[in-house]
Amino acid sequence: MGKLEHIQTLSKHIGRVWSVAWHPKGDALATCGEDKTIRIWAKEGKEWVNKVILTDGHKRTIRDISWSPCGNYLASASFDATVAIWDKKSGEFECSATLEGHENEVKSVAWSKSGHLLATCSRDKSVWIWEVAEDDEYECAAVLNAHTQDVKKITWHPHVDLLASASYDNTVKIFKEDPSDNDWICIATLSSHESTVWSLSFDKTGNRLATCSDDQTVKIWKQYLPNNSEGVPTTDGEASWKCICTLSGYHTRTVYDISWCHLTDSIATACGDDIIRIFKEDEGSDPNAPTFSLINSAERSHTQDVNSVKWNPKVPGLLASCSDDGDIKLWNFIE
Amino acid sequence: MELENSNPNIYNKVSERNITADEEDDSVVDEIDSREIFDLIRGINDPEHPLTLEELHVVEDSLIFVDNRNNIVKVLFTPTIPHCSMATLIGLSIRVKLLRSLPPRFKVSVEINPGTHVSENSVNKQLADKERVAAALENTHLIKVINQCITPLTMNRKRA
Repeated sequence: MGKLEHIQTLSKHIGRVWSVAWHPKGDALATCGEDKTIRIWAKEGKEWVNKVILTDGHKRTIRDISWSPCGNYLASASFDATVAIWDKKSGEFECSATLEGHENEVKSVAWSKSGHLLATCSRDKSVWIWEVAEDDEYECAAVLNAHTQDVKKITWHPHVDLLASASYDNTVKIFKEDPSDNDWICIATLSSHESTVWSLSFDKTGNRLATCSDDQTVKIWKQYLPNNSEGVPTTDGEASWKCICTLSGYHTRTVYDISWCHLTDSIATACGDDIIRIFKEDEGSDPNAPTFSLINSAERSHTQDVNSVKWNPKVPGLLASCSDDGDIKLWNFIE
Repeated sequence: MELENSNPNIYNKVSERNITADEEDDSVVDEIDSREIFDLIRGINDPEHPLTLEELHVVEDSLIFVDNRNNIVKVLFTPTIPHCSMATLIGLSIRVKLLRSLPPRFKVSVEINPGTHVSENSVNKQLADKERVAAALENTHLIKVINQCITPLTMNRKRA
């Protein structure tokens, strides 16, 4: 049994905090919310303190934020239908570009591992892929209209340019660039959830994906390449993704976010019942039908819905969460 | 604008709450109950008619469920006709009214009384999606319409 130890509460935002994002070096945390600000927190001695406040980039709620893999850029997605890119070239964080094109609220933003691509998704049902050119220029490389409803979250594969998206249409879709004509195409639709898929997270290998939903379950999906030894059928030479595990009965309300730690393999979930839960795969479990156990459930982690959870990419066990209660909390998970 | 349901059934209002001696005693903990929730939302106006949701039987005391200990409030509402296009707006008005009135610890769900609307599943899903509700409430036009619904007519009449 593990223990989730509360380290510190960061209270500066006014109203709901929607999202938290660790800097790739693990030494800074960006947060955003209803108050239309982005705050950047870093450690001073033993305490995490608010170092920077970014205002005036957006006219409405900031829903999501993402650091570039190099750590020099921060992208923010807003209900005002735009995405802002911030950098520190002048010494201070400044908004250097605004990406427009979505018809309404932008729900999520994510940089690819290479840093050359940026993806955004919106209530307008589309996913956009932007190529990062020189001199802070961003060119739209694709508009993907595969989903039939509001797209909630996008995330890139940890190693290759493969994009996964989660939607109000209950599905997850996987996209990649077709090398023959450089067109982005949907190569897989993952259907099994019975309601909105709110978030998704790859494991460190990128061969497995965890998804969470309004149906109060978490699902684990595995990629099967063509000619796999398990005999899972594939089409058009593309990998197929199969749901290999469903974690049901643990969450009592909507699961809003999920984070699969690349250092410790622990899975954390953020739930509408105010609780942060930690799951881990059982030792010796069958790779094609794995079992996971709930190893921690921190009652009243927050006083309202937990909206986001993220594992620190450098410090094993360090977890950040944020909530409708306006707080950001830092936790240390000890196994 | 043409009315969708030009001749709705109008029902009698329930009697006012009887205030007991216990309720006036400040030392007694008075837990939030379904009647209290009902009193908060019964005066909401229908978007089409100069009538309250209570008078149209859109909300009823018996379709409100409160679990005070677990911070749960669930309201079922009955659209006046099964294809009412105002269903989402009515549900949103109930949500906003409760959001503003209740302590933030409460998880409020607002759903259509099962079997009373042709697209109850899609309306329910939309009303339960807090992200879409949050985005809707940042829409200045929509919030104005909702505020009009929430402001009690009786209060306006009295003022007039």
